[in-house]
Amino acid sequence: MVLYLNIEERLLKGDKRACARLITMLENNDKEAVNILKRVYKNSGNAYVIGITGPPGAGKSTLTDKLTKELLKQGKKIGIVAIDPTSPFSGGAILGDRIRMNDLALDRNVFIRSMGTRGSLGGMSKATWGAIKVLDIFGCDYIFIETVGVGQSEVDIVKTADTVLMVMVPNLGDDIQAIKAGIMEIADVFAINKSDLDGADKTKVEVEMNLDLNEEKDYRPPVVKVSAGQNKDIDILLDKILEHREYLEKTNELENIRTRNNKLEILKMVEEDLMKLILDRAVKEDLLENLAKEVTLRETDPYSAKDEIIELIVNNE
Amino acid sequence: MDRPIRVLVAKPGLDGHDRGAKVIARSLRDAGMEVIYTGLRQTPDQIVAAAIQEDVDVVAMSILSGAHNHLFPKVVNLLREEGVDDMLIIGGGVIPEDDIPYLIESGIEAVFTPGTPTKDVIEFITNNLRR
Repeated sequence: MVLYLNIEERLLKGDKRACARLITMLENNDKEAVNILKRVYKNSGNAYVIGITGPPGAGKSTLTDKLTKELLKQGKKIGIVAIDPTSPFSGGAILGDRIRMNDLALDRNVFIRSMGTRGSLGGMSKATWGAIKVLDIFGCDYIFIETVGVGQSEVDIVKTADTVLMVMVPNLGDDIQAIKAGIMEIADVFAINKSDLDGADKTKVEVEMNLDLNEEKDYRPPVVKVSAGQNKDIDILLDKILEHREYLEKTNELENIRTRNNKLEILKMVEEDLMKLILDRAVKEDLLENLAKEVTLRETDPYSAKDEIIELIVNNE
Repeated sequence: MDRPIRVLVAKPGLDGHDRGAKVIARSLRDAGMEVIYTGLRQTPDQIVAAAIQEDVDVVAMSILSGAHNHLFPKVVNLLREEGVDDMLIIGGGVIPEDDIPYLIESGIEAVFTPGTPTKDVIEFITNNLRR
C-alpha cells in the first residue's frame, strides 16, 4: 500500500485525497489512522451532523442530494457518508447511493463516501464514527449520514447525529406501524417523501396522531410532505431541520446530546477492545471451545462457563 | 489481505445499456469486493472525482457505444493529472480486437470483451492490484 506523506497536514488544508485515504485507513482498522485522529481531534467540532434514515427505497439518497443542493446555495461545504449493506456471505457489497447524487460529484464543496456495513447491525458501519471526524476536520459545515435502508430497530444513527431525519413513504403499512417502538421514536424531523402518491396525507396524519400521544415537550418533531424526485418542498424541509438545530443550540441540548453520544462511543470502543482481549485469550487456549463442549455434555452450565472466562481476565491483571 | 477490495464500476459516455456492468458488479460483490456503482452516462471528470473520493483500488469501465478510444484514455490521463498512480484501471464492453493494443498502450491494463467469464475478471483484479 502506498503510504501518503503528510496526510495529517493535507487533511487540515482540505485535501480530498488525504481525506479519502484516511477514511480508507479507518475502515481497515489501521492504527496509524487512529493516531492521526488523536492528534487532530481538537480541530473538529465545527460540523453539524444530520442523520437520514428510513426504509429501503424511501428516497434517502435522492433527498440527501436535494438537501445538499439547498445548502450549497448558502455556500456551505458538505460531506456525505452513504451506507449500504455488506453481504453476510461473501463480505462484498454493492454501494449504489452515488447514482442519485451524480451532479454533486464535481462540486468542490462536496465530498461523498460510500461505505459497506461490514458486519454492523445498527444501520451504519463501524468506521462511520471515524469518517464523521475526518470530514469535520476536512472542513465540512454539514455532514449527512445516510443509513442503510432500515426496518424497525436500526437506531444507531441517533447515537451519532445531531438531527435525525426519518424519511417515510405512503402505503407501507397501517396506522399500527406508526405507534410501534424503535425507529419511529428517534426522529427529530419526519419527511413523507413521494408526496405526489395517494396516501401521503394519510401517512402524515398517522404520524401526527402518534406524536399527539407523546408527552408534551418544548419541541415536537415536524412532519413535512416532500417530493425529492420532483424537487418539491425541499426548502421547507431544510428549514425544519435548521429550526431543530436552532432549538438544540438555544436550549444547550446540543451539548447534552453530543456528550451522551461521546459517552456511547467511548463505551462501545471499550467494549470492543475488552471483548477482543478476552476472546483472544479464551480462544487461543481453546478454553471457549472446551467450555462449550462441557456445557453440551451437562458437565457444567453456561453461567459458570461465563464466570470462568471473566475470571481469566480479572485475575490476570 | 483482510480488507475488501474496492472497485468503482462506471459507465462513461452516452450508451444506456448497463446489463453487463451490473453482471460484473454482482460477480465482484459475490467475490467479496465492495463495488461502488455510479450509474449511466458518466463524464470522465465524474468518474475521476468518484474514484478519488471513494479511494478505490480498481476503476472498471464499460462502454458499448464505440467511444472507448476517446473516453478510456481520457480517464487514465485525468487520474494521472491528479497524481493517482495506485489504481488499477480496466475496461470492457463491445470493443474491436484491433483497438485493444491502443487502449493497453494508453494505460488501460486489461480489456474484457463479450463472453469473458466473470472469474477471469475477478482473477485479473486480485492478481494485479497496485496497493
